[in-house]
Amino acid sequence: MTIVAVPRTELPIGSVTPRTVGWWGIIAGIVTEASLFAYLLFGYFYFAIQPHGEMWPAEMPTFKLAGPNTVILLISSVAVWYGERGGRQGSRLKQAAGLGTGFLLGVIFVTIQVLEWKAKSFSYNSGPYGSLFFVITGFHMGHVVLGLLMLFPLTIWSMLGYFGPGRDAPISIGAIYWHFVDAVWLTVFFSLYITPYLGLRHG
Amino acid sequence: MMSSDDRRRVGAASPGRVAGAVACAMIAGAVLAPAAARAETPLDYWWTHGSRAQSISHLLWFSTAVSILVIVIVSALLLGGIFRRRSLPAPDLPGQAAVARPHGGASWITIGVGITTVVLVFTTVWTFATLAHTGPQPGPAAVRLQITAHQWWWEVRYLSDKPSEEFTTANEIHIPVGQIVEVKLRGPDVIHSFWVPKLAGKTDVIPGQENQTWLQADREGVYRGQCGEYCGQQHAHMAFEVIASPPDAYAQWRQQQLQPAHATDATEPQSGEGLFTTRCGICHTVRGSRAGGILGPDLTHVMSRRTIAADTLPNTTGNLAAWIADPQHIKPGNRMPRLALSGEQLTLIRHYVETLK
Amino acid sequence: MTAAEYDRVPRLAVRDYASPLAEKLRHLWETKPGVIGWLASVDHKEIGLRYIVTAFIFLIVGGIEALIFRIQLSQPNLTVLTPEQYNELFTMHGATMILWYAFPILTGFSVYLQPLVIGTRDMAMPRLNAFTYWLFVLSGIYLYVGFALGAAPNAGWFNYVPYASKAFNPGLNIDFYALSNILLGISTTLGSLNFVVTILHMRAPGMSINRMPILSWGTLTISVGNLFAMPSVTLAFFLLYMDRQFGTHFYQQPTGQPLLWQHLFWMWGHPWVYVIVLPAISLVSDALPVLCRRPLVGYTAVALATVLTMVLGFGVWLHHMFATGLPGLALGFFSAVSIIIVIPSAVSAFAWLATIWTGQPVLNTAFHFFAGFIVVFVIGGVSGFMTGSVPVDWQLTDTYFVVAHIHYVLIGWNLFAVMGASYFWFPKVTGKLLDERLGRWNFWLMFVGFNVGFFPMHISGLLGMPRRIYTFPEGMGLDWLNLITTIGSYVFAFGFLLFLINIVLSLRHGVEAGPNPWDAATLEWTTPSPPPPYNYVVLPTLATREPLWETRLDEAPFHSDLGKGLPLDHGKEALATSTLDGQPEAILRMPEDSLMPLLLALALTLMFAGLIVKLWWLVIASLLIGLLFQLIWLWPRAQLAERRL
Repeated sequence: MTIVAVPRTELPIGSVTPRTVGWWGIIAGIVTEASLFAYLLFGYFYFAIQPHGEMWPAEMPTFKLAGPNTVILLISSVAVWYGERGGRQGSRLKQAAGLGTGFLLGVIFVTIQVLEWKAKSFSYNSGPYGSLFFVITGFHMGHVVLGLLMLFPLTIWSMLGYFGPGRDAPISIGAIYWHFVDAVWLTVFFSLYITPYLGLRHG
Repeated sequence: MMSSDDRRRVGAASPGRVAGAVACAMIAGAVLAPAAARAETPLDYWWTHGSRAQSISHLLWFSTAVSILVIVIVSALLLGGIFRRRSLPAPDLPGQAAVARPHGGASWITIGVGITTVVLVFTTVWTFATLAHTGPQPGPAAVRLQITAHQWWWEVRYLSDKPSEEFTTANEIHIPVGQIVEVKLRGPDVIHSFWVPKLAGKTDVIPGQENQTWLQADREGVYRGQCGEYCGQQHAHMAFEVIASPPDAYAQWRQQQLQPAHATDATEPQSGEGLFTTRCGICHTVRGSRAGGILGPDLTHVMSRRTIAADTLPNTTGNLAAWIADPQHIKPGNRMPRLALSGEQLTLIRHYVETLK
Repeated sequence: MTAAEYDRVPRLAVRDYASPLAEKLRHLWETKPGVIGWLASVDHKEIGLRYIVTAFIFLIVGGIEALIFRIQLSQPNLTVLTPEQYNELFTMHGATMILWYAFPILTGFSVYLQPLVIGTRDMAMPRLNAFTYWLFVLSGIYLYVGFALGAAPNAGWFNYVPYASKAFNPGLNIDFYALSNILLGISTTLGSLNFVVTILHMRAPGMSINRMPILSWGTLTISVGNLFAMPSVTLAFFLLYMDRQFGTHFYQQPTGQPLLWQHLFWMWGHPWVYVIVLPAISLVSDALPVLCRRPLVGYTAVALATVLTMVLGFGVWLHHMFATGLPGLALGFFSAVSIIIVIPSAVSAFAWLATIWTGQPVLNTAFHFFAGFIVVFVIGGVSGFMTGSVPVDWQLTDTYFVVAHIHYVLIGWNLFAVMGASYFWFPKVTGKLLDERLGRWNFWLMFVGFNVGFFPMHISGLLGMPRRIYTFPEGMGLDWLNLITTIGSYVFAFGFLLFLINIVLSLRHGVEAGPNPWDAATLEWTTPSPPPPYNYVVLPTLATREPLWETRLDEAPFHSDLGKGLPLDHGKEALATSTLDGQPEAILRMPEDSLMPLLLALALTLMFAGLIVKLWWLVIASLLIGLLFQLIWLWPRAQLAERRL
């Protein structure tokens, strides 16, 4: 039996505890976004286990651009983590630098991803594989862009000194989302680029 | 005789009493109406005529009986609970009735859920047994069919190891009594569902996927079939008939269907066959003539069929004429266009079609 | 009120709704007068009511659609409607009822009641709450604009491809359906997210998770369910839109997979069935015991059964596809789960029966609706059990038996519960009681009309009447049954009309309700009726599940503290508490009213309008404007203590 008394000690005010309303919100949001990608990948594997013949391109996926790009996205996550931690230690410089670097690396990821799209021999309407490839990576790109749209104002706000120790909930929220986008990419990368080499063959 | 007191009490609960009486009368009416009208119910699957459909019916009877029993028991418990200890006289504001937490409620859940679980597990086991019995085809097929579902009619091809013994017909399936009939289903347009309620449940016809089902009729008869999946404007009029006859009668029918149509005065463009070939032959095939279209039903022996327009109308002279004259009036939206035909042309075409026996 | 205040020891105050404190809170929380104030309101009671009214409007529209096509089906071979008109009407009817009525009405009840029953002042994200509402309304308008333009969806509410693909359905009909569903999906997802945070984070001090009302369990469960399920259907519609307008190859033959649609649709569709009934039956589990003068029997069992139903609900989607030619193993597994899922429903049913049996029922209109609900609940349940068995389902599927089942579930489990709940909570919302005499006629006409109308559909189904046929031939044994169904549906509609009349009359002449007309046990009944904008003048502290009955039940050694508590009056404030125990954790600063939710919803809808007519400049412009609104919305504010000075 829980007995709760009216608090006689100080209670923090606003978005300040590690688990604010916004933190709960982003976690719930991530659950639903993760489900979205699960359904997308369900679609991919649903097609992949059918006898696909001409529906699949003959060549195997190449890592030439996607490999380095994966590393770039991982590093951007580290940068955002560094910025978040720096802010907690009270360094506005570390905070802004970390978030800003994360943002720039994200922009580079988007650029390389566009090149990757252009290098493909198929298009979104040339067959089921193309449709799946472009819609799945497209959805991921959409999420990266959304993450960048969070990181950019967060960087500006850090420079303006909006946040400091105990007042950094928006940064934690943006950072969690950015790490999520990163994790989704790893899943997408594994499904689209690695599984063909593990036996779910093309052609 | 009712005392005035009694009358007042009846009046007081009038909406409930009136409603109860009306409900009983109408539900009884609903149940009894078809029986009272002695209406035929060609699509009902309560009474079925093939081993496959029958074992499903048995499970259906059981689950219906369980269901009705559950409804009766729960309703009785509900009424019992209401009238046993209700706060009388029913106050609109319950402020007076005491609040308490009497014990003994939990055992309701334990017992109720316990019994429910036993029934459910039993049903699941029966389901598995029926599934094993009715799912896979039990033996080699005597007749093999390839049925193609079109918006909104059924193309039926009788398959054979010898290509010369294959033929195509439409909307009417003849099968031999007692023998296993294998049905392969193909769909070139949208999803349909192949369903002969008295012989078997539904199997969907899905584009890009060949589904298979089987039929077995235990006695002679005409069984109505119907598309079971919404497929567009004329889903309502996408029926067919399965005619089960003794094996020798079936063999005779099959021989007759293999014959081409008798040639008539095809060379004369204004003859019935000539008109048919130019106006109808783009979509319809009549084997033995120059009409070789594949968009509509094969009409080689159309006059041997009991109905036209996918079991929409009985195959009578009047219906045939009406159908050829304006198919869009009878099945709005169907794929057969209304042709600009003079009355004379119409008659010639109909006369020709009537020779296709 | 200083913006720089980062923490404080909250003081205590006495509960008095006539005190200067109450006046101060009213001033802080009140929606500003005028049209702008109305449009900008983020008050959950305001929004909840709008949800309820809007959903009832959709119910009436969907009902009228059904009444029209029931005339077409009253006799064989009628030509009142063309096949295409019939198909559009039945599709709109299904879509309107299942998507724009059944869930939004429950969202409305939850948005209104949830902060009240858990003893807080608003939803966790009030502006998001307003946004969710506006997007829901706009998505419905979007769909009906299509209808008005002659492009209503016509492929059934589950919209199977290939019939719904461009080759067989070239108009914009399906695009309107797809895009309005994506809009609605966004609204539903965000609304669910808001409920999850509110219920897990903002319950009154001492309201540990096992002291929540069942409504909170229901709403929390289906909200989490929605987070997992909604992306499936939103994605399915998005891929369909891509197939139709951009030539991708997801569903379209020869290379696409028509069954992928069915999987994605039903992976959402079956959980959705539970989503639109669990909160409704939770309303019954909360209100029925009050009218039986005792706490609910088996609170824990009912709460866990609610969760279990949702979990199992994710494992039964294939039972909508039993006839599609699946392998036997899959059939067996999904059939077993579909039958076993009856068990948690049985828990609730026996809990209600035991509550009635061991209590002393008060036979008012709300109770009538709940009792009627239990009967239709059981009928809808057993017909579901019958269709769960694969071989039987091969016969039953896509016949009127399934139509009967779906109406018993959706009208029975949803509307009857909602009707009872309306009679029960109307006095809280308006301060007036609904008229009992009219209520009795209302109930009996609806109950009889419903059963007369829909019970014969079971028999039509057993006699082989396929669903979705615009007419039926003579000689099938269906003539009488369909006539009776049509008559019943009109009686039912008339019964509902009495409800609307009752509302109008009772609002004018109804008896004053006072704070607690039913002598109920839970928190919302401690506030005045209707509740003031701030809900609670001081936040109560709970020690039991039935705070208003605890002295009479005299079971717990500790008592809830309803007489004094935290006033939290340094601005619009609410309390955050811990997830499981309800320990106070932080004081939350709640946002002011804002036009941003409406503007953002308008921008998003405009973007979708651009998508359907392929006006790319409009799409991009409204996207950019939307992003700007979003930035304004989220800009950290010192007043909300979101940033340092």
